[in-house]
Amino acid sequence: MKPFTYERATSVADALRRTAGATQDGASAAYLAGGTNLVDHLRLGIREADRLIDVSHLDLTEVTELDDGTVRIGALARNADVAAHPLVRRRFPVVSAAMLAGASGQLRNMATMGGNLLQRTRCVYFQDLSTPCNKREPGSGCSAIEGFGTYNALIGASDACVAVHPSDLCVALAALDVTVVVEGPLGERRIDFGDLHRLPGDRPDQDTTLERSELITALEIAGPGFADRSRYRKLRERASYAFATVSVAAALDVRDGQIDDVRIGLGGVAHKPYRARRAEDALRGGPATHEAYAAAIATELEQARPGPDNAYKILQLQRAVPAVLDALTEAA
Amino acid sequence: MDHDTGGASTLSTKIVVNGTPQELTHDVRMTLLDALRDHLGVTSAKKGCDHGQCGACTVLVDGRRVVSCLSLTASLDGSEVVTAEGLGTPDDLSDLQQAFVDRDGLQCGYCTPGQVCSAQAMLAEVASGMPSHVTDPSALADPDVAVELSDAEIRERMSGNLCRCGAYVNIVAAIRDTAAQRAAAAGSAEERP
Ligand SMILES: Cc1cc2nc3c(=O)[nH]c(=O)nc-3n(C[C@H](O)[C@H](O)[C@H](O)COP(=O)(O)OP(=O)(O)OC[C@H]3O[C@@H](n4cnc5c(N)ncnc54)[C@H](O)[C@@H]3O)c2cc1C
Ligand code: SF4
Ligand code: FES
Ligand code: FES
Repeated sequence: MKPFTYERATSVADALRRTAGATQDGASAAYLAGGTNLVDHLRLGIREADRLIDVSHLDLTEVTELDDGTVRIGALARNADVAAHPLVRRRFPVVSAAMLAGASGQLRNMATMGGNLLQRTRCVYFQDLSTPCNKREPGSGCSAIEGFGTYNALIGASDACVAVHPSDLCVALAALDVTVVVEGPLGERRIDFGDLHRLPGDRPDQDTTLERSELITALEIAGPGFADRSRYRKLRERASYAFATVSVAAALDVRDGQIDDVRIGLGGVAHKPYRARRAEDALRGGPATHEAYAAAIATELEQARPGPDNAYKILQLQRAVPAVLDALTEAA
Repeated sequence: MDHDTGGASTLSTKIVVNGTPQELTHDVRMTLLDALRDHLGVTSAKKGCDHGQCGACTVLVDGRRVVSCLSLTASLDGSEVVTAEGLGTPDDLSDLQQAFVDRDGLQCGYCTPGQVCSAQAMLAEVASGMPSHVTDPSALADPDVAVELSDAEIRERMSGNLCRCGAYVNIVAAIRDTAAQRAAAAGSAEERP
């Protein structure tokens, strides 16, 4: 691990001031939250930082309900605490369920909401310094395109990168109306969750649309909605403690057998948490039947470009999406 | 104290380990696992993968289980750390440690300190009503429904602790026994006037 200095931020303003100071000195800075991704990457040499700015002690851990029913979650709240929070469980169980499907009890106690959004891909070549990777080292090439392709993206990949976003939480958030609140040198900025993460294009090294110094301070999940009829289903190679091959977050509102509204978030599909808008559009206003669900996901997957190793993901989605929507239909 | 290196690469951190206050002067990069093993002689926490994947290094920080291999010591100034030694000693095992012995919940013992710390915290998590991935969706969405500690719940909640000897079946039994004993003890305490 390359040497760095450690600084404990005392407030959001203090954290931003320290980052600005580092930039002025020509030094690189990194915010430390739970450290479960960052410390690992510093140790592996995937990432270097001159100054580590510890934001984990900032007072941004509350979960509160705003007057309009929006649930606001501090960016430094721990994944375990948010998953167990009565407000989140009652109002947005799909968010709790997605977090509980990720990592382990120990890691969820450490991982923060903001850190979960910004965790980096688990592409095996990204983690392996001895292989070329455009995300780790722009211009060096992509080892996954011709290499081990089991986990590669189905939709939106580029010639530069075919990796998927690894977060479970983000798949649930993609299906809801979420605003990411960030603080930067110019003050507060509010980002639609769907605009936070990027497709790789020719800049796979940039995971998100955040500026380097911006600090995520909160997530706001709008309500009241239909997310009380929502489910998360994660398919993986063992029963627990593994990243998804694919995952599905869905919410469904059915009235008199007709679909009033439906939301579908997919994991393991693209470089970013993926919202299946084509499938949603195909379903809205139509009948709440298994056949309709199967047809809708088939429509969505017309744009999929699988390679020889990851076509199994299509089959998984063709089965999992209707299964989750069937379960929600029965529960309604 | 301003907990800030101010440009230096060493730092002084105060933590309480198994009840004993410690002050460490250390490289900024040092993890809690290395601080415990290499500087404080607390060797129950084991280094398995050093990447958060195996759970062998699990300890309790301020009562919550974490992996010490991904915890930076610098970030823990003022914290309380409990390792397997802090739960019980060979002469005075905790109920959970005794249950691991009674049930043969270990073979080589390498993962055991992490398993015991994880189990200790996991039982507290269940008691506090925390749901898990295998909790029924309707119970998940209703915080007033108590979590039943089935074997499936124990397995899921302990899945962050790998055991290369495969002692899992007996580990589940040890945790189940301990939970039942504690519930019985709490029940009889309630009955007392
Ligand atoms: C063994 C293992 C298994 C895992 N399994 C899963 C899984 O199945 N599903 C899943 O979803 N995740 C999984 N994870 C990933 C885990 O969820 C993430 O590592 C974690 O959420 C990151 O949060 P953190 O607070 O520890 O972030 P850190 O590691 O502290 O930070 C991550 C990045 O975000 C930046 N950052 C953090 N907070 C902020 C903020 N507020 N504003 C701006 N920048 C910020 C940091 O600078 C850094 O670049 C796993 C991790 C491990 C080690
Ligand atoms: S898929 Fe992306 S992350 Fe993986 S090797 Fe290629 S460029 Fe790197
Ligand atoms: S050594 Fe920490 S989890 Fe493996
Ligand atoms: S008892 Fe040997 S690794 Fe678990």
